[in-house]
Amino acid sequence: MKIHEYQAKEILRAFGVAIPRGIACFSVAEAMEAAHKLNKLDRPDKLGKGGLWVVKAQIHAGGRGKGGGVKVARSLDEVEQYAGQMLGMQLVTRQTGAGGQAVRRLLIEEGVEITREFYIGLVVDRSRRRVCLMASAEGGMDIEEVAAKTPEKIRKIFIDPIAGLTASEAGDIAESIGIGPQAVKEASELLQGLYRAYDATDASLVEINPLVMTSDNRVFALDAKLSFDDNALFRHPELAALRDLDEEDPAEIEASKYDLSYVSLDGNIGCLVNGAGLAMATMDIIKLYGGNPANFLDVGGGATAEKVAEAFKLMLRNPELRAILINIFGGIMKCDVIAEGVVAAAREVKLGVPLVVRLEGTNVELGRKILAESGLPIISAANMADAAAKAVSAAAAAIPETPGPATGRT
Amino acid sequence: MAILIDRHTRVMTQGMTGKTGQFHTRMCRDYADGDQCFVAGVNPKKAGKDFEGIPVYASVMEAKQASGATVSVIYVPPPFAAAAIEEAADAELDLVICITEGIPVRDMLRVCRKMEGRKTRLIGPNCPGIITPDEIKIGIMPGYIHKKGRIGVVSRSGTLTYEAVAQLMEQGLGQSTCIGIGGDPVNGLKHLDVMKLFNEDDETDAVLMVGEIGGSDEEDCARWVRDNMNKPVVGFIAGVSAPPGRRMGHAGAVISGGKGTAQEKLAVMEACRITVTRNPAEMGRVLKSVLR
Repeated sequence: MKIHEYQAKEILRAFGVAIPRGIACFSVAEAMEAAHKLNKLDRPDKLGKGGLWVVKAQIHAGGRGKGGGVKVARSLDEVEQYAGQMLGMQLVTRQTGAGGQAVRRLLIEEGVEITREFYIGLVVDRSRRRVCLMASAEGGMDIEEVAAKTPEKIRKIFIDPIAGLTASEAGDIAESIGIGPQAVKEASELLQGLYRAYDATDASLVEINPLVMTSDNRVFALDAKLSFDDNALFRHPELAALRDLDEEDPAEIEASKYDLSYVSLDGNIGCLVNGAGLAMATMDIIKLYGGNPANFLDVGGGATAEKVAEAFKLMLRNPELRAILINIFGGIMKCDVIAEGVVAAAREVKLGVPLVVRLEGTNVELGRKILAESGLPIISAANMADAAAKAVSAAAAAIPETPGPATGRT
Repeated sequence: MAILIDRHTRVMTQGMTGKTGQFHTRMCRDYADGDQCFVAGVNPKKAGKDFEGIPVYASVMEAKQASGATVSVIYVPPPFAAAAIEEAADAELDLVICITEGIPVRDMLRVCRKMEGRKTRLIGPNCPGIITPDEIKIGIMPGYIHKKGRIGVVSRSGTLTYEAVAQLMEQGLGQSTCIGIGGDPVNGLKHLDVMKLFNEDDETDAVLMVGEIGGSDEEDCARWVRDNMNKPVVGFIAGVSAPPGRRMGHAGAVISGGKGTAQEKLAVMEACRITVTRNPAEMGRVLKSVLR
């Protein structure tokens, strides 16, 4: 689960990570009030001389700066101007897709005089079965690009889950990316705080890009990205409450209510499959046969007829849908249960697209019989290849002719 | 003896008395020689009782001592599953198969750390289990689709493995052992570990390796195959069409930071002389074609 930058910063601050002062806002008026508050000169923790703010659009996608979602304001007028521009805009970044994401929240932060920028990331290294702390002097850059072009610039340390990140390990890695002796202690405390936060919140990612050093040799997490392991949210209700449904795909929210694993894609052939591996393979074979999957959908091992019906309805909401392919290998899940779910859903919702069904495994004969006797126009398939070929050709036939250019019309 | 398990294996079930545990214990017991293989259950609250004749013990250690079981299968719910694995490792069992899906990664990191240097092997979590056809099945796969033979199967998935097995059967190919290593990012045995076992197994002639997006286990395995394997290997990777950054059902099936793509894995496997297919409907046929 992803959260917003301002939420991540609040959490990290509680673990002793140095963060510039900032206030989350939902309106221009709140942004102005926040800017005033941050500019009070008598605060001992204030950075710089004041009169400098950063207005940051809060959406879950990365790459906000390039899309115009991060602006430095040098006057209160500018704060007002930028806040007004950002709130309500569709912010397009390399991670949002062409439609962008609506900005509903802002973070107003005090400006910091930056002398150097670094990158810090914490993520699980699967083959070593350790949390890996990555650090680089190439702060502010796209770390994937750094990793691809100059991997030697990324320093790594693999953290023992029992010992945690020790002070000497943290100090070593801070030094290795060129943090000077004046700031090493502060930086290593910051890194230890980051790891403690990662561990305590069951995070799946912590990314500070950039970590900055100021002219007076202090270090701050200028940006913060924090994601959590969905499987651990049951023991962190306070973190689960930070979920922002505005940032999620409505179909995926609906799917999560029924415990269905669903990912929206941009094709037009809906897939309903049991098991994640088989669901991916079904998408792949659709593509291999020249079609395009509209979604990933795993109904799971223990699906009921009701769950299948909900999955079916979910796919039918998609206006781009031109065909549905159901691919079930019944193990624990019985083919007759799937068949009943499909028939119930198809009767309830008007089935406007061709439906290709491939059933195999437990109670397959019974399942096929239920489908055949339903009276529904179901195209049955003998195996995966047959199913993919039939779904692709059905989808192609179902695509309405594109209207020609409007020549000769008034 | 195929690999890891055969009809002489004695198994205890942790979480046997729950709904899932009961259902699958029954299915496993009814498969081939399962009747003599499944000898104990563990539940501290139900110690001294039995489930359809299978005695329940208070702890793994007690079950091991009383029944002689050296392998455990776990159906314990996610919040308690890592502790169950640890208990099995502490009792120095040979093999632990954890079926449970949804264990927090943090718990797995800790339990794997504690198991380092210990003798206990772990399969899973979030896996269908392991089967040596016509002898014993430990896990949730449908037993009847398998038949004894000489092909080893290792996979990160459940139903896609069943699909692969069904395709082998269409080609008249039975299996020595089929292992689902699980779809989680932090797990026990990896493709590489299983591949080594198949390489040494007299009853395995060739291996079908099914992988998916995320991590680099398949690549690690492929490099080992290139340098060490003396049997043909066929591979398929699911998720060529998966978008980056999105988790595809399995907690571990995600392309992150541009790494772990199916294309990359397939390229490495091909370069390591593994016969790959990009068509999931062709796994069985391609395997058949590489047999000497």
